[in-house]
Amino acid sequence: MASNYDNNFSKGTDLAVIVLYLMMACIGILAIFMVEYNPNTNWATSFISGKTSYSKQFFFLIFCSFVGIFILLTDSKVFTALANILFASGLLLMLATFLIGKEINGSKSWIPIAGGFNLQPAELCKVFTALALAKFISKPETDFTKIRSHLIAGVMIALPAILSIGQHELGLALVYSAFIFAMYREGLPPMILVILLSFSILIIATLLLEPTLLAIILSVIAGLLLLYLGKRFKRNKQGILIILIIWMVSISTVRFAVPYIFNDVLECYQTTRIYSMVGKEYDCGLNKKAAASLVESGKKSRKPDDYNVKQSKIAIGSGGFWGRGFLKGTQTRGKYVPEQNTDFIFTSIGEAFGFVGTFTFLGLYLFFLFRLIRIAERQRSTFSRVYAYSVVGIFFFHIAVNISMTIGLFPVVGIPLPLISYGGSSLLTFTALVFILLRLDADRQMVLR
Amino acid sequence: MSVYNQNRGGIIQIIIGTVFFLIVGQLVSLQVVSNKYKLAAANNAIFRKIIYPDRGIIYDRKKRALLENAISYDLVVIPNEAKGVDTAALCDILKIDQAEYSKRIVEAIIKNTRVKAGIFEPFLTPEIYAQLTENLYRFPGFSLSERSIRSYPYNTAALVLGYVAEVDVKFLKEHESEGYEMGDYAGMIGLEKNYEPVLMGQRGVKRFLRDNKGKIQGPYEKGEFDTVAVAGKNLYTSVDVQVQQLAEKLLQNKIGSAVAINPKTGGVIAMAASPGYNPNLLTGSKRRKTIGRLLLDTARPLYNRAIKGQYPPGSTFKPLGALIALDEGLITPNYGYNCFGSYGACGDPRKCEHHNAGHAANLQLALAYSCNSYFLQVFRMAIDNPKYSSAKAGYVKWKEYMNAFGFGRKLGVDLPSENKANIPDTSQYNKDFGNPKYWNSCYMLTLGIGQDRMTATPLQLANSMAFIANEGYFYTPHFVDSIESETKEEAAQLAPFRTKQKITKIPKEYFDVIKEGMHDVTVFGTAAVIKVPGHEYCAKTGTAQNPHGKNHSLFVCFAPKDNPQIAVAVIVENAGYGSTWAGPIGGLLMEQYLNDTLTKESQLKADNLAQVDLMPEAIKNWYVRNNKSAYITPIEYNNDELSDVWDMEMLAEGVVKTKTTDTNPPTPLPNTDKTNKDSLLPNADKKKKLNP
Repeated sequence: MASNYDNNFSKGTDLAVIVLYLMMACIGILAIFMVEYNPNTNWATSFISGKTSYSKQFFFLIFCSFVGIFILLTDSKVFTALANILFASGLLLMLATFLIGKEINGSKSWIPIAGGFNLQPAELCKVFTALALAKFISKPETDFTKIRSHLIAGVMIALPAILSIGQHELGLALVYSAFIFAMYREGLPPMILVILLSFSILIIATLLLEPTLLAIILSVIAGLLLLYLGKRFKRNKQGILIILIIWMVSISTVRFAVPYIFNDVLECYQTTRIYSMVGKEYDCGLNKKAAASLVESGKKSRKPDDYNVKQSKIAIGSGGFWGRGFLKGTQTRGKYVPEQNTDFIFTSIGEAFGFVGTFTFLGLYLFFLFRLIRIAERQRSTFSRVYAYSVVGIFFFHIAVNISMTIGLFPVVGIPLPLISYGGSSLLTFTALVFILLRLDADRQMVLR
Repeated sequence: MSVYNQNRGGIIQIIIGTVFFLIVGQLVSLQVVSNKYKLAAANNAIFRKIIYPDRGIIYDRKKRALLENAISYDLVVIPNEAKGVDTAALCDILKIDQAEYSKRIVEAIIKNTRVKAGIFEPFLTPEIYAQLTENLYRFPGFSLSERSIRSYPYNTAALVLGYVAEVDVKFLKEHESEGYEMGDYAGMIGLEKNYEPVLMGQRGVKRFLRDNKGKIQGPYEKGEFDTVAVAGKNLYTSVDVQVQQLAEKLLQNKIGSAVAINPKTGGVIAMAASPGYNPNLLTGSKRRKTIGRLLLDTARPLYNRAIKGQYPPGSTFKPLGALIALDEGLITPNYGYNCFGSYGACGDPRKCEHHNAGHAANLQLALAYSCNSYFLQVFRMAIDNPKYSSAKAGYVKWKEYMNAFGFGRKLGVDLPSENKANIPDTSQYNKDFGNPKYWNSCYMLTLGIGQDRMTATPLQLANSMAFIANEGYFYTPHFVDSIESETKEEAAQLAPFRTKQKITKIPKEYFDVIKEGMHDVTVFGTAAVIKVPGHEYCAKTGTAQNPHGKNHSLFVCFAPKDNPQIAVAVIVENAGYGSTWAGPIGGLLMEQYLNDTLTKESQLKADNLAQVDLMPEAIKNWYVRNNKSAYITPIEYNNDELSDVWDMEMLAEGVVKTKTTDTNPPTPLPNTDKTNKDSLLPNADKKKKLNP
């Protein structure tokens, strides 16, 4: 027991996770190398010159390793102590981007820092939110069976998410829904999960079916339920009321809420992506924002196509079972997949190493996630466990959404593949997430507050 | 407090596992099950560039190139990249309007998709090319692409050489396995079509890696899968370009055809059909303007009359009729017929041009004077041959001879769509006259003088002269003597042209008589005015009646008399006497070939002859109506469809109408002798004989 109080980071640190972390990061550099590889230039010299993404990513990794070591050398109490301050400053930074932010790829979410590098506070805010959420739930006065606590936690998560939407980073905003894992583990009623699931099914159905037909189907279901449950609810008017309310909500969602969100809230390209996922086309003429910008620019409306997903699917599909071989992918070499070294990095692996490669790769991820869950479950302190589940949630959400969008299972939202995608902010965030967890895990016998 | 939630860790694991399972499922369908993404990737990223080899050149007998390859430029566009184009300037250079611009872009997209280069304007003229190269930077997405086109330095032999044109859907279907693609060019008529695989060569394919912008990144797999283009092979023909040019010149302003064959090899020396066209009009940018005009022209300049036109041979058949009778032992060279100007043995008398006694005292004389009576009699003897049981059997034998001489069948010349013309079958006569028992030689009497339903192509007529010149055999007429570095298959393709066609066993002495007779034609007979300086030659004139107007003027000949080197057939439609129009043309062609030049006198004659306008009125009227210049001229009435119509009319009415012929045609050439007239059929129609 005594040895766990030592600040020797090799003691109690989960080596498996470190190994997996390094493996992932190296696979990432390799994948970026495949994307950037140019047979006409010597890769060694271009690597040393540091102009290419893979060399930059390599330097990021070295930097992140130092950060990781630094984290491991700190005291785990630091994180409980600083959680709220970090969260607050993270939110402030995000607000600051609205003033001093720099626009990259249409989202004003970057703060330029020295050396031509840019920082994306929304990325880092994930870590801070995880810490703050852990801090809140682990407080002795918090009773997470109460709705009030759920609401407070919900607001904590919603704040950075709303700010992200304000920065046109829909993907990042969605990531915050990953905290539902941690909350669920801590006592969020499963009913909420069921409701969320039903709601998403309803939205997908809205996309697929005619609104009138869907309304009829919903009414029929409601009617049948009333008939069937009528006897049981005879003395219980509340039950009937609930069914009626659900029916009303569903119908209004189908008829008003979804069209409103798609046509008035989301950008034309976002709605198009969502529609293209279910194999449908979206008429941008219906989109208010698109219409407004059209009037401004005076151009004809053009149908944006799902070029990204098509090319990404072609790249992954062309890998076949065994893959086309290292550096032999024509889709990758021909730069057909846009954003291939960031959001679509999975295609480079899929094309080069085929199903065998992607399956192994997913296996690694799965092993990594299950390892993290195991770590989460062995924590004595609620703080560490909540934090661990937050990490699991964030990782899982990134992996699932990113890979799903490259293979056409999810609309394209710009979120990176953890540890693989090119990008310093993203790598730093995931490094911090993992190493803070390792630091906490090393002190798992302690009860942190 | 949260211990009771421990199982939720498991649920989270299950959720994660399920999502991963779904992802793996989709990966299986993308990477393992479906094949379409591999193809899509190949289409995307591997750019197959087809390397077109140079087409083979076609040479004449003295290795002069009848056609060559020249370089032309196309303006091509990649529609996706054509953004920010200064369309006004581009339209200005190409002289098109905005609507046409948009139309062509849409066409390019339909043909070659948005990302591949499609032709925007083919065959740029040098001026437009120069303007475009200067301004190309203003037209992003547009580029100039090189293309090899044909050019014809001698402006001649258009119908023989044929042309290359863009392949159509039908062509692609017919040549599915040969690797043609939309936008390719292939030989469409003439030698270009017949020798397409030889001339085309082998296309090479280079594979390049292409990036998302269509930019070439470099060879795919270091060119491991590339194939090399092999240039098309050259063809060496027997054509003599000077004779060919002369033939075309002499046939100007006339409708007709001339064919010259080298009897020693069967090689065609010249083949002209008029009206023709300048082959250079169908290359490059000129093609668009010309082809429609040529297709619509009522005189059908794209129709090769030399192998497709069907003409009654008229008197030019007479030497062959005599040969049949000689070989069957029905007559001897001394056989004479007492002709007093008409043949009356079948009732209604048939007119003969000559009245003087003894003009048909023997075969030689009868040939020289072209005595109708004599050859009608000889024909009747052949049909009513006592050797055979019936007129029908005799006719079958007679037809056998005709087929052996190369009539009524395709000769197998190396040009596409040769016509076999017509030697009527007995069934045709059975149909007309009922049971074979009821008809005899009188019913198709005029076959004996090359009329009735007998037709032949100019090529067949020339070939029959080669047959007589060679005394009993001929080589299948052909253009291509040899192919550059011939392979076994190609040698096999040419083998029929190198084997003697010897089907009859007619003894030499009979040929000698025929040759003497045909020589007499040129000495004191119907062609006495036509001379070939320095050479004795044999010939036969013909003036064929036809249902479409004035008589056709025919002339067949070969020269020199001993050791013949050229056999010629000339037909001028609706021109009149054979000796007046076709004769001089045949003589000049022989002179050009044998002497390799024309005497001054002959040159003058040729120039005069070229000026003579013998175009039928109907065609001239058509040109006036359609506002066309008469450069490419008149009507084709001796075509298959019309003769079918003619036959049908005949059957319907049960009569054979023979049109009244001009007995005194205008004779613009001063040296035409009135005595050199061919025999003519009487103006009376055959009605009486047909319905006895």
